[in-house]
Amino acid sequence: MTAFEDRTPSAGAEDRGPLVDAEEERLARRKRTEDIAKYALPIIVMVAAIWYWDRLVVWNEIPHYVLPGPGLVIETLWADREILFSALLVTLRITVLALLVAVAGGVGLAILFSQSRFAEMSFSPFAVILQVTPIVSIAPLIFIYIESRLVGLLLCAWIVAFFPVLANTTLGLKSTDHNLRDLFSIYRASPWQRLIHLQLPSALPYFLGGLKIAGGLALIGAVVAEYVAGTGGIGSGLAFRILEAGYRLNIPRMFAALILIAATGVIIYGTTSLIAHLALRKWHESALKRE
Amino acid sequence: MDDLAPNLDQPQPDAREIVLRMEAVDKTFTGNVVALRQMTMDVRQGDFISLLGPSGCGKSTALRLIAGLMRPTLGRITWEGGSSADDLGVVFQEPTLMPWATVEKNVWLPFRMRGKSFVSVKDRIHEILSLVGLDGFAERYPRELSGGMKMRVSIARAMVTNPRLILMDEPFAALDEITRQKLNEDLLALKAQTNATVIFVTHSVFESVFLSDRIVVMAARPGRVIQEIDNYEPYPRGNSWRNSITYVEVAQRTSEALQSAIHPASEAF
Repeated sequence: MTAFEDRTPSAGAEDRGPLVDAEEERLARRKRTEDIAKYALPIIVMVAAIWYWDRLVVWNEIPHYVLPGPGLVIETLWADREILFSALLVTLRITVLALLVAVAGGVGLAILFSQSRFAEMSFSPFAVILQVTPIVSIAPLIFIYIESRLVGLLLCAWIVAFFPVLANTTLGLKSTDHNLRDLFSIYRASPWQRLIHLQLPSALPYFLGGLKIAGGLALIGAVVAEYVAGTGGIGSGLAFRILEAGYRLNIPRMFAALILIAATGVIIYGTTSLIAHLALRKWHESALKRE
Repeated sequence: MDDLAPNLDQPQPDAREIVLRMEAVDKTFTGNVVALRQMTMDVRQGDFISLLGPSGCGKSTALRLIAGLMRPTLGRITWEGGSSADDLGVVFQEPTLMPWATVEKNVWLPFRMRGKSFVSVKDRIHEILSLVGLDGFAERYPRELSGGMKMRVSIARAMVTNPRLILMDEPFAALDEITRQKLNEDLLALKAQTNATVIFVTHSVFESVFLSDRIVVMAARPGRVIQEIDNYEPYPRGNSWRNSITYVEVAQRTSEALQSAIHPASEAF
């Protein structure tokens, strides 16, 4: 026996069995629960809500032309699939086109603004005015001045969607690290090199944030524009089908069309989020998991 | 004001080729703020100059003037043989890396601005990365590196093109003491291998004495040079240099000079 006792925690650890830290255990348990709940909870709540909707209709004997039950809505979705899905394609086409033009226009304008302060001072008021004026109030004018219905719809959706892309990208192009800017000056980078190698990569996370918002707004813009344009026949979108079904008191079809619009919005959001994640996962804070 | 007691054992420094000349350089900001007054300095090939002084003494202004990020109000800064895009490498206080690019792509930057393809300079990039001790990290992203390692990437980027002059603006100020000492030693090893010419801004007396062969002590309001101290100890300087009598003596003189820069009253005696 020596006079000094070994007090390191490992000494005698075998006798006491593996060391357990109560706090760490609790955190690990909580994390497991959260991982399951993340997927399980939304599904459970959604199913419960739909079940309650169904019961509400049955218990109160609500007529289907006031509130159809979920079963009837699904049936209608299937029965009217030809009308509804061709209408969905029309709306989707306008949404995607408008989003593409919004991205091109928003990024293009943002680049112009970042290259010339005077251009920004001159034109940004227009962008703001376009943004703050409700699209429903501009749309009737647009359909008066523009012959082509498709172009009119596109323009409406574009007006709504392009601003977040423009505002975010402009902010991003300006948010370059000032030391990196100095470094590029010292290396005598051309404005083009500076744009490609410094400003655009710096702006990417901001742009992608704008894209997520713009995706949803493009859909809203397309639907609102269809409501205003209102002419029916072949080539009309989901919004027109909703209006039409409303006039005919075909409420189940209204619900079916609504579900399609909501699902489309969710898919667009999921897609833009996925794009953002894939583009940023290697380097940007927002896409990183904390160790 | 020159150093009054030059070390006679030193090699004659004037024989070396001049890289850059600052002649009576003044910089005045709007509102008549004199950031720098009458700074004259010759930078010679292989110099390791420290600019040392309290904040507001114009050391960073001097660096920005040399970097060409601003122009002097008065006086001249001339590059011997004319200036070119390959003159400079810079290390800032922060690592200043592009987070979206891997280590090797970050180090590629100065070449890239010259229009050189990555493949054509890849060997050089990997050579400098191994010189700064980053073997095996070429394809990592900056966020995966520690603060000290990021700084090494920054140093590699500054040196990769073998520029005529490397500017360092308090590069290790934000690092912990242990990392800083290690980086100081490694920087000297690099300096001995490449014979790079360096201007190093710092507010640490010990860092300036350990690293440099000329210490330019500056004072504030207005920013100006008050003393130049020669410190021609041959490179590489090992850790034993920190314990040598010369080191202690130079550190003491530098400290006194810095004291007189901070408290002008003590200049009286």
